[in-house]
Amino acid sequence: MTAAVQVAGLHKSFGDLEVLKGIDFTVEAGQVVCIIGPSGSGKSTLLRCVNLLEQPTAGQVFVSGTELTHIDVDIDAARRRLGMVFQQFNLFGHMSVLDNVSIAQRRVLKRSKAKAAEIGMRNLEKVGVAEKAEQYPAQLSGGQQQRVAIARALSMDPDVMLFDEPTSALDPELVGDVLGAMRQLADEGMTMLVVTHEMQFAREVADVVLFMDEGVVVEHGPPAQVIGNPQHERTRTFLHRVLNPTHADDEATTPS
Amino acid sequence: MTTDTTVAEAGTAPRARLSPRKRKKISLTIQYAVFAVAIALLVLVADWQAIQHAFFNLDEARKAFPDILSIGLKNTIIYTLSGYVLGFFLGLVVALMRLSDVVPYRAVALVYIEVFRGLPAIVVFMILGFGMPIAFTDFEMPYDPYGTVALALGLVSAAYLAETFRAGIQAVPKGQTEAARSLGMSQGRAMITVIVPQAIRIVVPPLTNELILLFKDSSLVFVIGFTLSGYDLFKFGESLSNQTGNSTPLIVAGMLYLCLTVPLGYLVRKLEAKQKRGRV
Repeated sequence: MTAAVQVAGLHKSFGDLEVLKGIDFTVEAGQVVCIIGPSGSGKSTLLRCVNLLEQPTAGQVFVSGTELTHIDVDIDAARRRLGMVFQQFNLFGHMSVLDNVSIAQRRVLKRSKAKAAEIGMRNLEKVGVAEKAEQYPAQLSGGQQQRVAIARALSMDPDVMLFDEPTSALDPELVGDVLGAMRQLADEGMTMLVVTHEMQFAREVADVVLFMDEGVVVEHGPPAQVIGNPQHERTRTFLHRVLNPTHADDEATTPS
Repeated sequence: MTTDTTVAEAGTAPRARLSPRKRKKISLTIQYAVFAVAIALLVLVADWQAIQHAFFNLDEARKAFPDILSIGLKNTIIYTLSGYVLGFFLGLVVALMRLSDVVPYRAVALVYIEVFRGLPAIVVFMILGFGMPIAFTDFEMPYDPYGTVALALGLVSAAYLAETFRAGIQAVPKGQTEAARSLGMSQGRAMITVIVPQAIRIVVPPLTNELILLFKDSSLVFVIGFTLSGYDLFKFGESLSNQTGNSTPLIVAGMLYLCLTVPLGYLVRKLEAKQKRGRV
């Protein structure tokens, strides 16, 4: 069976700065993979390389068996298989919520206006913001905007959803709504690749956790192993700092 | 004398000789005094009778109406709006060319902007008015003089509008393009559907400013050469002034320009204030 996402030997440099130093991993269909790691470790760059918002310097990215990094691939068509949710939501500010979720369906998939609205509404209902359909993004809270962004990506019927720190720009009390929507999505069997700082979410929802540091995957495996019983010193130090921020400078110990 | 004592007292003090409050008071008093003297001089020196006769002659003003409205004002509005509409779309195309990945497009756009922004508008108008009929003898401009004027004003304003649009397009956050591309839109589709509509909203105030400038630039189109029915506001006022030897028609024309531009300027300030509030 073909993997939903396969990344092989991925390198990315910005000028002299090498951000990704050879990344290999696989996401099977239906899996939820969380990427954790300190800021600057290359997590977001990796995610952006997967749907080619950043052009990898070297290496290959396959989505459902199609090589996205191949020079002759129709990147616009290939990207339709990947839904992307951004840290800053990036909703289209000049359009209503309903237009946000239906515009790409109409312009890219050539669905009729009624069909696009119907699918968009279904996805808005799924993430719990259907009653906001006629409003504009600026009238919504961050949590609502991010859920609209999830609905917008879902409306393109992607094979895989990519999440780039979806809760990092949210007020703490709004994080739960978005994580709830993502958990529901995972339960329905959506293949997900999530860059996150939410350890609780990673522990409970992920099938596989990747710990990245300084452009390499240091450790990967089921959450019980990577978060519960990390094997590498760097992973331990990071988790200690994240899970016990008030004791960040204490001696790192294995989290129990 | 009070000042003397103040200075003498202050001389012993280590800091300022006058308190900042007193210094400000004196400074303001002097400024008001200068202003009052200037007004007084103006009132005394000017020959009000002559000024009124030459510029604010009601009899002469009456002669200008109603033709100054039905010909001059009408033509100025038609010229400006048609030039603006043409310049709007041409400017948008030039701005997109300027931001294109295709090097020749970028080069053409840059040359266009530099040439038409750098040339005095009157030079462009004269070239179009006199050069075109000689160069393209068989080609007859449709709807003359409106066609030629729209083309002339459109070419000039497009250069300015292109730079405005470019600024607006660049002011739209990069995340908007990324979101559009991640939904499978091509670069061009993302530009048309997502970027340009937001860019135009951002530059509505400067776009309105360009319209004001174009109302004024439209007064130069007389060099193309018109018959009376084609006279714009300025040309109408100027020719009537020449006939009568009195400047009042020009003042009337000037007032009518202000009737167009001042409300637009007010609108720009409103729009800017609204935008500032919206961006909190």
